Amino acid sequence: MTNQLNNNTMETLKSNGTQIEVNAEGYLKNMNQWTPELAHELAQNESIELTDKHFEVLNWLRAKQAEGTALSIRKVGNSGLVDIKQFYQLFPGGPLKISSKIAGIPKPVSCI
Amino acid sequence: MMANKLSRNLNKQVWEITIVDKDEDHYYQPGFLFIPFAIYKPEQVIRPKKDFIPKGVNFLIDKIEKIEGEKNQVVLASGQILSYNVLVVATGTIPVPEETEGLKGKLWYKDIFDFYTFEGSTRLAKKLENWEGGKLVINLAETLIKCPVAPLEFTFLADAYFTEKGMRDKVEIFYVTPLSGAFTKPKATAMLNQLMAEKNITVIPDFYMQMVDNDRKVLISYDGKEVPFDLLVSIPVNKGDEMIEASNLGDEDGLNFVPTDKHTLQSKKFENMFVIGDATNVPASKAGSVAHFEAEILTENILSYINGQPLEAKFDGHANCFIETGFGKGTLIDFNYTTEPLPGKFPFPIVGPMDLLKVTRANHYGKLAFKWVYWHILLTGKKLPVSTNMSMSGKEVDAN
Repeated sequence: MTNQLNNNTMETLKSNGTQIEVNAEGYLKNMNQWTPELAHELAQNESIELTDKHFEVLNWLRAKQAEGTALSIRKVGNSGLVDIKQFYQLFPGGPLKISSKIAGIPKPVSCI
Repeated sequence: MMANKLSRNLNKQVWEITIVDKDEDHYYQPGFLFIPFAIYKPEQVIRPKKDFIPKGVNFLIDKIEKIEGEKNQVVLASGQILSYNVLVVATGTIPVPEETEGLKGKLWYKDIFDFYTFEGSTRLAKKLENWEGGKLVINLAETLIKCPVAPLEFTFLADAYFTEKGMRDKVEIFYVTPLSGAFTKPKATAMLNQLMAEKNITVIPDFYMQMVDNDRKVLISYDGKEVPFDLLVSIPVNKGDEMIEASNLGDEDGLNFVPTDKHTLQSKKFENMFVIGDATNVPASKAGSVAHFEAEILTENILSYINGQPLEAKFDGHANCFIETGFGKGTLIDFNYTTEPLPGKFPFPIVGPMDLLKVTRANHYGKLAFKWVYWHILLTGKKLPVSTNMSMSGKEVDAN
């Protein structure tokens, strides 16, 4: 991987020669453009080194998103994969926002 | 509300309507906000439910043990079993402080209070009467809560209350929230963050509370951040009725909200079950206005259902919320599933008289007038002079 990603300014990313469209906040516009390699690149931007446990959560988030389920930190905590504290340890700061970005799915929305 | 609407529309020779409720009294819940600041007296928010039950509708006071959807029946605590052709679930949401470690501990109703219950708001009123000041922390334990603007209003009213008592300099106010700012949607958040700053209220965002340490009087987040308090006003985790869990009707959040089609308001599990208000899991605000707008849609869809027609009325997520900002002023937001709160005039373009996302005296009077509207129009199932689905009329789409 040769391209440095800077998701604050770019509206497209280049990963392994493929153009990836993202929104102004760096979230993928099309979750089908996601690859595990891209996840590693996006995680680097967040200073996160992805492990198998990270990928279990990322894949779970992608599956739930594909089903149309509204995601929440609580729901991840009930997933059986991690509890909420572990979720924070894997994706420090805002775990759902950061993991969603790395999983290539839209930024979670709150309904209120 | 639904009984009033349906009883007007259904043939009484064919249909029998029964309401089951565990409580004889109806509380004007928006009034709980004003009780701690002695703006309303407790007795001003309670009326007997029987006054609002239309003639010819059965009214049973009993606790529901569970709904047996497969058998089309409801089991009551008294042992009575009610069978139904159509069921409307309107069991609402309640704060559950027990969900958070240490919240309902030894400081509960001493230095930790809720205000979303009659008991909490009346006890908090007594506490505030003699409180000498210190760190006042308002905390939202979860993002998904009933009346999401009430914590903001509480905070603004607290600022005004202590100012008017001449002790604002003795009180530091912190608004501690799991959201990234004072609110969710960008334009309203920017406006409300600014208002917080003007009122010298510190917003602590992205704080997802794990527990309360009663001995040290601190809130602790899942990522180890701490916020100390002298007086904590908590908005605990909100859940649907426990009966929903017993009936195996809840969604996978474990919060006992019923999976519901967000447009038709039909249960996703049973086609003769409809759900209204904050009992649903639809991605709309858990606000009273939402239940009112849903009631219009639901009435149409229930009538379609019993006539064997497709459910054509579609709810758009419309919410309309007054936000008290203290000192006799307020603001107003109007939004739906897809349109965030925008600035502009409401309900009519140019003349208003209400201003969206602006702090005005007219908005405050709108909020106070709502109490009358609630008892006389909403509960009796009459229609408000406001469109059921959100209107873009009067909204400024390109404003910043």
